[in-house]
Amino acid sequence: MLLYIARRIVYVIPIVISVALVCFLLVHITPGDPLVAVLPADASQELAAQLRTAYGFDRPLPVQFGLWLWRAVNGDLGHSIATGRPVLTEVLRAVGNTVTLAIAAALIGFTLGLFFGLIAGYFRDTWIDKVATSIAIAGVSVPHYWLGMVLVIIFSVQLNWLPAVGAGPGGSGAWGWDWEHLRYLILPAITTSVIPMGIITRTVRALTGDILSQDFVEALRAKGLRETDVFRHVIKNAAPTALAVMGLQLGYMLGGSILIETVFSWPGSGLLLNSAIFQRDLPLLQGTILVLALFFVALNLLVDIAQAAIDPRIKRS
Amino acid sequence: MSAITDDALQAAPATKARGYWATVGRRITRDKVSMACALILVLIFVSALCAPWLGLADPYQGSMIRRLRHIGTPNYPLGTDELGRDMLARLIYGGRLSLIIGILPVIFAFVIGTSLGLVAGYVGGKLNTAIMRTVDVFYAFPSVLLAIAISGALGAGIVNSIVSLTIVFVPQITRVAESVTTGVRNMDFVEAARASGAGPFTIMRVHMLGNVLGPIFVYATGLISVSMILAAGLSFLGLGTKPPEPEWGLMLNTLRTAIYVNPWVAALPGAMIFAVSICFNLLSDGMRSAMDIRN
Repeated sequence: MLLYIARRIVYVIPIVISVALVCFLLVHITPGDPLVAVLPADASQELAAQLRTAYGFDRPLPVQFGLWLWRAVNGDLGHSIATGRPVLTEVLRAVGNTVTLAIAAALIGFTLGLFFGLIAGYFRDTWIDKVATSIAIAGVSVPHYWLGMVLVIIFSVQLNWLPAVGAGPGGSGAWGWDWEHLRYLILPAITTSVIPMGIITRTVRALTGDILSQDFVEALRAKGLRETDVFRHVIKNAAPTALAVMGLQLGYMLGGSILIETVFSWPGSGLLLNSAIFQRDLPLLQGTILVLALFFVALNLLVDIAQAAIDPRIKRS
Repeated sequence: MSAITDDALQAAPATKARGYWATVGRRITRDKVSMACALILVLIFVSALCAPWLGLADPYQGSMIRRLRHIGTPNYPLGTDELGRDMLARLIYGGRLSLIIGILPVIFAFVIGTSLGLVAGYVGGKLNTAIMRTVDVFYAFPSVLLAIAISGALGAGIVNSIVSLTIVFVPQITRVAESVTTGVRNMDFVEAARASGAGPFTIMRVHMLGNVLGPIFVYATGLISVSMILAAGLSFLGLGTKPPEPEWGLMLNTLRTAIYVNPWVAALPGAMIFAVSICFNLLSDGMRSAMDIRN
């Protein structure tokens, strides 16, 4: 197992470096001078040159990348142009809120997805299957930012039950696990949960169907096992793949939260990314994307390891 | 005697075995859900294409005195938007840009990804490693994040949004194409073609392409659903289409402020995105099961 973990980690290193390279290059595919956002409109040539040297934009690209990577490894992602605060501080504070949202959404989406997937796969081609697959296909096809709007229309505008935007009373202050704060979490969490719910339902349904058609299930039944025990075997066999899909979905929720956070003004990494884009705050843009992508890579690594831990066949292949 | 022979001859075509694609076609036309989706999509496509000749109101012409009319207002069956423009006209005209920015990235990615995957899968070795490891790097980003990162860096605009979504989908299609190609490459008939002297390009074009295109096409059809949501999402964030163009994502964005005044009109553009997206998803599912002849 340790060897497997070591091998996975070694395999991840070139990916991490390439991810950093992509994030670094993002700023350089930007049309126009990256200094545009910091320079006053009437800046003199000398000031521009001075700033270019200060930011290191006058050096060759590979050198810039090396320096940037070295600083990034040491936890220095530069300073936000808009606020002047360190990028890492800003990103980590925002990521906390996104993690809260993703975990809440995962609780809803994964539970429903597993439930619908299992019953749809078990009662294949019955009306139960049809209802569950319809819900799943709606879940993967719905533009989630629109669903967010519709939920706000129903529960905030018309019924006035839940708040429409923000992450707590009195602005986006510190998060707390009480009803006053949880009220703000409900709508964004439900909105975020529909895509993973749909994907997990579809995956688990297919898995369950495949497993049930295998010979060993026939053997279990022939042996006289009760249906509930057969079902336990199905769950056991579906677990590794289901786990991998859930891990990936958690990563998508963390990294792809920008649309939902924009709809609900949820003060997470997505909203931060949004403001970085529109304020042309390139260090913040670069840093946020780097941190989110690294989160995603780390999560995938964890999922691989967890999968190998519960399913010994994976280690051997 | 001769009469029997004639009968047998006439009966022969009816018992002739149908080809694979003919069978798939027959199976899909019998699938009610797929046909319903195809019909809805054709309706949306045709109305978007023929929008100027449908006698609709001018989708750009607003009026300050008739802003945010409700659904069902005389002359404005679907109400008006925040600038008093006719919603029905804007939704139908909106299909033009929305479908273009949603579908073009998948078509581009289909061409590029299939070529890359075919070459990687057929040639194998170092070239395969080089292509597939590059693809892995893009898999290290959640697709929404990657699309927004590239769009955000390139700046707002239709072309940039199409470019960024193409970049997002190429790795996904490449991966599918590569795995399908690797599967087909080891089959006996490819070996036979090689043994009878066919060059690699002939083998790829004649013997492989026909066998790998089906599954990749089905996958790409399903991707259109994701692409529609993402493309409209980029416009929704302000990274795609620019006002005053009618486009569903952008309309959803500009109508967001109207949810307290006229909520259901504000939600209409999203319903269009949802309809197109779900139809492509169901169509992709239908094609997949129609092509799975084993069942």
